[in-house]
Amino acid sequence: MLKDITLGQYFPGDTALHRLDPRTKTILVIVYIVALFLAVSYVSYAVLLAALAAAIAVSKVRPKVLLKSLKPILILMVLTAVLNLFYTRGTDVLVSFWIITITREGLENAVFMLLRIAMLILGTFLLTYTTSPISLTDGLERLLRPLKKIRVPVHELSMMMCIALRFIPTLLEETDKIISAQKARGADFETGNLIRRAKALIPILVPLFISSFRRADELATAMECRCYHGGEGRTKMKELRYARADAIAFALGGALLAVTIVLRTMGL
Amino acid sequence: MSNTAFTIQNLRFSYPGAEDMPDTPVFDGLNLTIEEGSFVAVVGHNGCGKSTLAKLLNAVLLPCGGSVIAYGMDTKDEKLLLAIRKRVGMVFQNPDNQIVSNVVEEDVAFAPENLGVEPAEIRKRVDDALRRVGMYEYRNHAPHLLSGGQKQRIAIAGVLAMQPKCIVLDEPTAMLDPQGRKEVLETIERLCRESGMTVVLITHHMDEAIRADRVIVMTSGKVIADGKPGEVFSRVELLRENRLTAPDTAQLLYELNREGYSLALDALSPEACAQTLAKAFKV
Amino acid sequence: MTPILETKNLHHVYSDGTPFRHEALKGVDFAVQRGEFLALIGHTGSGKSTLVQHLNALLKPTDGQVLFDGKDIWSDKAFTRAVRFRVGLVFQYPEYQLFEETVFADIAFGPKNMGLDRDEIDARVRRAAEFVGLSEKALRKSPFDLSGGNRRRAAIAGVIAMEPDVLILDEPTAGLDPYGSEQLLENLRRWQAAQNSAVVMVTHSMEEAAACASRLVVMADGAVKMQGEPKAVFAHAAELERLGLDVPQITKVFLRLRELGMDVDTSVFTVEQAKAALLKRGEGAPC
Repeated sequence: MLKDITLGQYFPGDTALHRLDPRTKTILVIVYIVALFLAVSYVSYAVLLAALAAAIAVSKVRPKVLLKSLKPILILMVLTAVLNLFYTRGTDVLVSFWIITITREGLENAVFMLLRIAMLILGTFLLTYTTSPISLTDGLERLLRPLKKIRVPVHELSMMMCIALRFIPTLLEETDKIISAQKARGADFETGNLIRRAKALIPILVPLFISSFRRADELATAMECRCYHGGEGRTKMKELRYARADAIAFALGGALLAVTIVLRTMGL
Repeated sequence: MSNTAFTIQNLRFSYPGAEDMPDTPVFDGLNLTIEEGSFVAVVGHNGCGKSTLAKLLNAVLLPCGGSVIAYGMDTKDEKLLLAIRKRVGMVFQNPDNQIVSNVVEEDVAFAPENLGVEPAEIRKRVDDALRRVGMYEYRNHAPHLLSGGQKQRIAIAGVLAMQPKCIVLDEPTAMLDPQGRKEVLETIERLCRESGMTVVLITHHMDEAIRADRVIVMTSGKVIADGKPGEVFSRVELLRENRLTAPDTAQLLYELNREGYSLALDALSPEACAQTLAKAFKV
Repeated sequence: MTPILETKNLHHVYSDGTPFRHEALKGVDFAVQRGEFLALIGHTGSGKSTLVQHLNALLKPTDGQVLFDGKDIWSDKAFTRAVRFRVGLVFQYPEYQLFEETVFADIAFGPKNMGLDRDEIDARVRRAAEFVGLSEKALRKSPFDLSGGNRRRAAIAGVIAMEPDVLILDEPTAGLDPYGSEQLLENLRRWQAAQNSAVVMVTHSMEEAAACASRLVVMADGAVKMQGEPKAVFAHAAELERLGLDVPQITKVFLRLRELGMDVDTSVFTVEQAKAALLKRGEGAPC
């Protein structure tokens, strides 16, 4: 059933990684991605991979679960690798037959590309696995706060995200119910050509939209009744505060970036 | 002398109708006062105006004529909007559509956060509100995994965290099962009895109204009966004429009186009714 | 006679093999007789909604069988689909499934899916609308312009129009006011009598069950705990309360009277019954 889908992919826990400020984690992921793009050699990839492995170990997220998250983009990864393998021009020819030439540079590029995508995905997922959606939203709101000066509605955006997260399970459940109800009236979603099938969705989509509007309307009234009047003068129960662990995490992240840059300048 | 929570004077209200239709007034000159600290039930069938009345109490809707004074503040005064809503909290029918966050305690914190309360104070209020509705152990749960009655108690806690003087509940049990109804009603009753909060309960379940100090029966925007539950529900005929039914207990006593008995009609709870009957019929 | 619907040792497990595994039905044996009005009672989580969704093949049993007229509804694909039309299911708050431009078109959705011809559809829609008390004028309106109560009626008409042999309703009166509920139940009783179809009403309300049904089935914890005529079931009022069910007010009063030492029959559940029982006791001699 639809409602069984896990969303946000958050795995509750109480590890050092879970406890880090969401802002710290978000910034570290960005640092990590930058470092990945600066890496050019086996040595630097090895360093970054070691860092990732260490973070995974601390998070206690099962590696199997993490690797599973690569599945949906496996095709993309293979495709990118293959393209790199065949289309990189190089001098050191390893294999050559018919119109296909594989060079050493091509092989290297393919391997690096594969590693880069995989590590990028794993790093980002580690963030969402160890940070609840709500604190992630909170962190983003705080990080993006300076953008308010150029009139980006940061508070409103984060409020919207928060409400969306809250209502996704409710709406999924509702969709399930509407599908069942229309099935009970003999609606058929499984047979027929594409157009027929698309048409068969109308009895689901119309009630779903109408109910969403009704919910939105009621929610807006309920929020007003609880004195909501935008982000002005609003406080937070859980103020985000950097702790000692965050300082250490920033230091480690900075060191990692520095090492990558040094390795790059050394041509490694 | 007790103070007045709400004074409604000559209230007129109508929803804007469709273009070719004249507005049908919901209220045309309603007068009503509600005392502070009382537990008032407003009953009536669907469309009698009771939900509209609830929304007029905390300025979600504004009168078209006449006035609604909540705790000395005119709801028409825009500057007083937040001050009124802070004092008059509201709980709605559908528990799903009033919970904003996917963590229980974050949701309860919503109102005090809006009011700019200090973080430490919010924490205190949230814990306190959750304890009062008996949901403290659930503070880290996701609301969509809770039962209807539990969600509705969270909604009540969300209102309590504003520290209001009055709580208005618009058919809070209509979508709940008997267990949930019981939980919510017991919570409401306790709030009123223990903290002296004014409670306005809008409902169409007569057996919920028997818990109140005062029952107001409405039909097409008019008050047709107003008094203690015993007084109101003993008027079985009047209720029937207006498509309402008295609780079964009241009906039984009434029917027996028609057969020549003279039983007191204010024994509305099953317990009180049984006591009355036992006295009359025990050989 | 074979019951029109029957379940044999029905089991259902949700999310098997995950930490969310939940056994909702634990061997339910349950039967619906032709033309009867049956009330299915149980608190939230008792498994009644899961059971009901098995009866018209929306859910497939994890174990056990569902028989329609003696034949397993999952025996072949065409039969499974046919059963959907012969066992009509009205969900809780069915008004939220309305989607067509007019009430007429919405009620016609089911019959159209059955592949009926235009005239037949037209006739069925009108008959169904009449049974639930919707006027000719209402049929031309958009379902979203109707009042809450009438939207509910329109949605129920949409299932009635399929003229099923068994009509199942999951809490049809939830959220309606007492007068609206009473009228709706009256309409259902009228339909059941005229159509000679069976009606299964899922409800929390013992009062409602007692007022309409000729037989009650009480579920708790994924199994049938009690069944029989209302009087026989309410005779176990104390046990019903233990199962977390709300017994009728009148029954509560009589239970208490018995505790107070009066020798009264606790199977009464309506004002009339209670009045008769008490008057008989007092022998018409008011004190």
